[in-house]
Amino acid sequence: MDWQGQKVAEQLMQLLLLASAVMAFVTGYIMGSFQTMILIYAGGVVLTALIVVPNWPCFNRHPLRWLDPLEAEKHPKPPPPPPVASKKSKAKK
Amino acid sequence: MHSFWLRANAILTFSITILAFMCAMASVSDCFNSASPSAQIQITNINWFQKQRNGNEEVSLTMNITADLQSLFTWNTKQVFVFVAAEYRTPKNAVNQVSLWDAIIPAKEQAKFRVQTVNKYRFINQGSNLRGKDLNLTLHWHVMPKAGMMFADKLVIPGYRLPKEYR
Repeated sequence: MDWQGQKVAEQLMQLLLLASAVMAFVTGYIMGSFQTMILIYAGGVVLTALIVVPNWPCFNRHPLRWLDPLEAEKHPKPPPPPPVASKKSKAKK
Repeated sequence: MHSFWLRANAILTFSITILAFMCAMASVSDCFNSASPSAQIQITNINWFQKQRNGNEEVSLTMNITADLQSLFTWNTKQVFVFVAAEYRTPKNAVNQVSLWDAIIPAKEQAKFRVQTVNKYRFINQGSNLRGKDLNLTLHWHVMPKAGMMFADKLVIPGYRLPKEYR
């Protein structure tokens, strides 16, 4: 999931959960049934999970653009420094 | 939100937070219910009224309890516990409460009832001063919700008098 997809997924999760909670509470209160409220809310949570949790292709429409590999090859790494041999002779003294 | 399990965890925590809030709101909604329960209790007979060997008195009586507690039930009510207590004053104890009968009402349809019963629990007084005593029969109830706060209230029915002599 790319950055844009993560943002959309989080906002979608909050919106869907809040909407199903409001709908469940109002329906339960009007019908006078606590069980109805819990069932509607549970359905909303499952639906939200199905929409938001898997890595659906629609969350991957804005892939990150990295530098071209050719551009990197134009500026090669500096060669490693030559090994220093003077340390050994100091230790012997 | 970048991995499967992080998203699953975010949904779980947020949905349970909202569920707790919904339960709190359900409990708040109970405050708007204006209950108007009614009850009558008749003592149809004093079966016996005796002094025990240790000096305490015991009464056995038959009651006729008619009550309509349907208005206590809301969408958030799990059950209602009701009990009838005999309440009186004696020189030794300013407040005496003796539970005589109780019941659990699990549904609104059963909240309108008429029961004729002998006292379910023994009515024993500490001491021997119940002869001719005035007493109240009080219907107490505790409303147990599915979520949130428990309510308790009572209906005092005064004007009962025990017989002047043991029988």
